[in-house]
Amino acid sequence: MSTEKQTENYSAKAEVAQVKTRRSYLYIVLRELKNAPFTAWLGLILTLSYIFVAVFASFLAPYGESQVFPISYAPWSNEFYLGTDHIGRDILTRLIYGARNTIGIAFLTTALSFVIGVSLGLIAAITRETLLDQILGRFVDVLMAIPLLIFALMLLSIFGPSALNLIIIIAVLDSTRVFRLTRAVALNIVVMDYVEASRMRGERLFWIMRREILPNIIPPLVAEFGLRFCFVFLTIASLSFLGVGIQPPTADWGSMVREMAGLIQFAELDIQIAITPLLPAAAIAILTIAVNFIADWFLHKTSGLIDVE
Amino acid sequence: MHPVLITIIKRLLLGLFTLFLVSLIIFSSISFLPGDFAQAVLGQAALEDTVAAFRRELGLDEPIFLRYFDWIGGVMTGDFGVSFSGRASSGIDRSRAVIDLIGPRLYNTVFLATMAAIVAVPLSLFLGVTTALFRNSLYDRVVSTTTLTAISIPEFFMAYILVLLLSTFNKFFPSISNVSADMDLAERIYRTTLPALTLTLVIVAHMMRMTRAAIINLLANPYIEMAQLKGLPPYKIIIYHALPNAWAPIVNVIAFNLAYLIVGVVVVEVVFVYPGLGQLMVDAVSMRDIPVVQGCALIFAATFISLNLIADIISIITNPRLLHPR
Repeated sequence: MSTEKQTENYSAKAEVAQVKTRRSYLYIVLRELKNAPFTAWLGLILTLSYIFVAVFASFLAPYGESQVFPISYAPWSNEFYLGTDHIGRDILTRLIYGARNTIGIAFLTTALSFVIGVSLGLIAAITRETLLDQILGRFVDVLMAIPLLIFALMLLSIFGPSALNLIIIIAVLDSTRVFRLTRAVALNIVVMDYVEASRMRGERLFWIMRREILPNIIPPLVAEFGLRFCFVFLTIASLSFLGVGIQPPTADWGSMVREMAGLIQFAELDIQIAITPLLPAAAIAILTIAVNFIADWFLHKTSGLIDVE
Repeated sequence: MHPVLITIIKRLLLGLFTLFLVSLIIFSSISFLPGDFAQAVLGQAALEDTVAAFRRELGLDEPIFLRYFDWIGGVMTGDFGVSFSGRASSGIDRSRAVIDLIGPRLYNTVFLATMAAIVAVPLSLFLGVTTALFRNSLYDRVVSTTTLTAISIPEFFMAYILVLLLSTFNKFFPSISNVSADMDLAERIYRTTLPALTLTLVIVAHMMRMTRAAIINLLANPYIEMAQLKGLPPYKIIIYHALPNAWAPIVNVIAFNLAYLIVGVVVVEVVFVYPGLGQLMVDAVSMRDIPVVQGCALIFAATFISLNLIADIISIITNPRLLHPR
């Protein structure tokens, strides 16, 4: 589509008649990516490779998830690339399956947290200053007055540690943060005339939430999704490390660190053995850094802040 | 009455009310226990009488609000109930009072947290303020990237890297910090160094980033620009225009991160097998020793709420706009 207008032989009729070719979504994404800084690229590539490993875990892993071999604490070799753990499971296999389980559970939790947080936040913003909004706000205040990890520990001791309980507990507790953000950004939108107009038309609450407000608050929510994912991911990893999160025999990075931590003291005798327990921890750290880089870049793009540059 | 005083009293009452609601949540969590946990705690072989006696001791036959007042009254006088562990199906009771378990460990945890805070607070304020003042310089970039990396690392990873570097390769510090009450201060500090260092690194990263953001936000205000345009020397701008408004954000950052210490302490204590409150809570959670969990959760939550309350009150007191009402 040509943008320059020639003053001679210009005709308004022709311009109106011109077929407008909208830039495709893919084109916009590619154009943005071309200008992305190095850290964002690094983050994207790392995150995509994690997702690849997580999705194709069962094809990539050399052995079964909890297949036990007769040698425990085997050294690094061609048969077991990263050795075996205390009951003789291949560590590389556990790492690959751990990607699927750990990332999968953290992703599900974050998604559930957003479903709860965003819908309640939108309802609170639309029905602002009413009793419902007040109750939701105070309730969230009280939930946020207890540190998340402590609250999660307490609830896990009551309901027992299982993957489902873990997902629900962390999602509900984390959704308070999403609620706060959603309500705050949605409050700027609900005062717009078009929302008023849709209300006058007699649209239902759900329609207003989904069609009028949600599209306008997507950018900050997407960036927040990245940051919340990091937080949830680290929290679940910490809980698993403490032994009350994801339970064996499910392969999970946090519990792998816990199981193998004792090996660090043999660093002087065999550096490979000592580094092995750090591998799952490094896997956690690298993914978090990668997602943080992407979220940072996205925040920067959408908020239009010129502070850092 | 001075309007500041009224605001402070309102804030205090709100804090107390929050504390009340939190204690209510922590207490009522026990009612969500599935099934008959008296039986579960005592084991399959427990006699009918033992189970019945245990139920009566927990007061499960009384209405919940009576039990709440009983519990909270006990907590006020330092009685957190009796631990579930140590009870046997035969009815022999070797369980200990929760306060005896919590007491010495609370001291250890406070010791560890204080040690981390003494180093972390001045260091991160210094880094945060200087990076904000010299922002976009090489120094700022290096510090900011390092801290972004540091906040993305789980605490236990940081801890094990330190163990690898400072405890196994170079035998500077013990990798397990088992302190006990009869140790002298120097020995105690020596043994607590590694956990305190881990906590410090994690906290400094968070705190420095928040301080930097708060100061940059502050320096973007129109009155700072006005002061620059009038030609004031930089030190006067900082002391007379920036600092009075900077107390509130700085105090909030400090309180937020000291509260963050509470969470960090749990993981770090487990890594270094440090006999503190966090370790106690994790053990109690895996053994489902509910009275101990409740006691620990209440202490952590109360600390968290009081820290935020103090920060709020300090920022009210130091707010120039509230101090000089028109």
